[in-house]
Amino acid sequence: MAENGAFHRMVTRRQLLATASAAGLALSKPAWAQKMIDLPLPGGPGARQITTAFPQKGQMILQRTRPPLLETPFEVFDKGVFTPNDQFYVRWHWAVIPTDIDTDKFSLKVHGHVNQTLSLSLSDILHGLPSVQLSAVNQCSGNSRGFFQPRVPGGEWANGAMGNALWAGVRLKDVLDKAGVKPGAVQVRFKGLEEPVVADAPHFMKSLDIDHARDGEVMIAYAMNGEQLPLVNGFPLRLVVPGWYATYWVKMLNDIEVLDQPDTNYWTKVAYTIPDTPHADIKPGETNVRLVPINRMVPRSFVTNIPSGQKVKAASPTMVRGIAFGGDCGVARVDYSVDRGQSWHQTQLGKDEGKYGFRQWQTQLALPTPGEHTLLIRCTNSNGVPQPETPNWNPAGFMRNVVESIDIIAV
Amino acid sequence: MFRNLVPTVVLLAVASMPLAARAAPPLELKSVKIDLPDSDKMFPDGPGSDAINNNCLACHSAGMVLNQPALSKQAWAAEVSKMINNYKAPVAPEDVGPIVEYLTALKGAK
Repeated sequence: MAENGAFHRMVTRRQLLATASAAGLALSKPAWAQKMIDLPLPGGPGARQITTAFPQKGQMILQRTRPPLLETPFEVFDKGVFTPNDQFYVRWHWAVIPTDIDTDKFSLKVHGHVNQTLSLSLSDILHGLPSVQLSAVNQCSGNSRGFFQPRVPGGEWANGAMGNALWAGVRLKDVLDKAGVKPGAVQVRFKGLEEPVVADAPHFMKSLDIDHARDGEVMIAYAMNGEQLPLVNGFPLRLVVPGWYATYWVKMLNDIEVLDQPDTNYWTKVAYTIPDTPHADIKPGETNVRLVPINRMVPRSFVTNIPSGQKVKAASPTMVRGIAFGGDCGVARVDYSVDRGQSWHQTQLGKDEGKYGFRQWQTQLALPTPGEHTLLIRCTNSNGVPQPETPNWNPAGFMRNVVESIDIIAV
Repeated sequence: MFRNLVPTVVLLAVASMPLAARAAPPLELKSVKIDLPDSDKMFPDGPGSDAINNNCLACHSAGMVLNQPALSKQAWAAEVSKMINNYKAPVAPEDVGPIVEYLTALKGAK
């Protein structure tokens, strides 16, 4: 932590506030009474406020107030495979976010390289097209960025910039068919209602290739976990791109444009790009690397019922459980190791709620000798791709999926 | 007894259908009007704090910057230049140097 004048002044100011509060000069909650959490980010700072200030949301880890970046507290993932809407993580790019959405006035425009421009009301979408639902993990490209070493700038998330929901909506394909895609279409571009504060800054837009957009899985969701989306999660409509990183899951979706040329907008072509290398991995400082848009997710798994550093009884069975996801396909297996990866043992998988969702796993293990043990957890997805044993690195802090480890102390 | 069986049978029937083909239950959407919280947190006082407070807080609150790890001066300069060039932050040219110096003093890599 920087031991400099500016930082000391901040502490002093906070102490002053606390003193003022204690003396009864301030009626609001004093700063030191705020609930805090310490994220174990290497080199820090890891202290974050737990906030309940966001409408329609419960307790969230405050990463940034405006535009909102809210992380899901990790213990939420132990409750089941579906992440509750009120604790589902939140990530916005621009600060101008509509906070008043009238369902009678909202419309979704479909235009560009189509036979017929459409303006669909929410009623057209809810009642005029077949409804579908599927469970899928929505994960920020930079989930777990705070664990990168060397550290990189950006949203300093721990592992909670992800969630799984049962999404209900209509197929993007059905909407595109209604408009009639013209021959020669190459991509489809999606835009939501959020706007930059500065007028000439790039409006947030993302594109998918036309065949991907028409694969019948990409969905325009109007519900998550059986309810309308919280506003900060994209109410009333959000694109769902199963198996792909959340940057494509455009929130408050109100504009779909079919393109006959590849999209060159900033958010598709420049931002959210990764090194075109295995695991998007490069050496710090490496240059002249070909960059490609981030795309499919990769497998991950986590322990959810035991925090690192937990004490357990030696030589007696301990139940360990957690969640896993395959990335762009299902979970084939989740294995654990207590001998630093020399031998792996299979865990039992819970109910399959759909290949793009979280899957619970659990196992009983016994640590024979007292002392500190490292538990490694590794998911192998149904394409046969395992999590790597060494962490990847890239300057944007994207696509972390190294085998996770926790320390368990047997006593 | 029988009353308990019926929902189970319905659940099993639903669960055995392929997920993507499963029809979603009907839902009506209700209009939403909320207020998002704002932050009045300022960057801590120090040389350049006026420059950073005046130029940066229009687009984002201070919290995320204060949550950043220690970064080199070069990395901070790149961040500030990204804000100006990619995100069109209207930072006065004479404020760029003081902002980079401020961030390096507050969050510089040792």
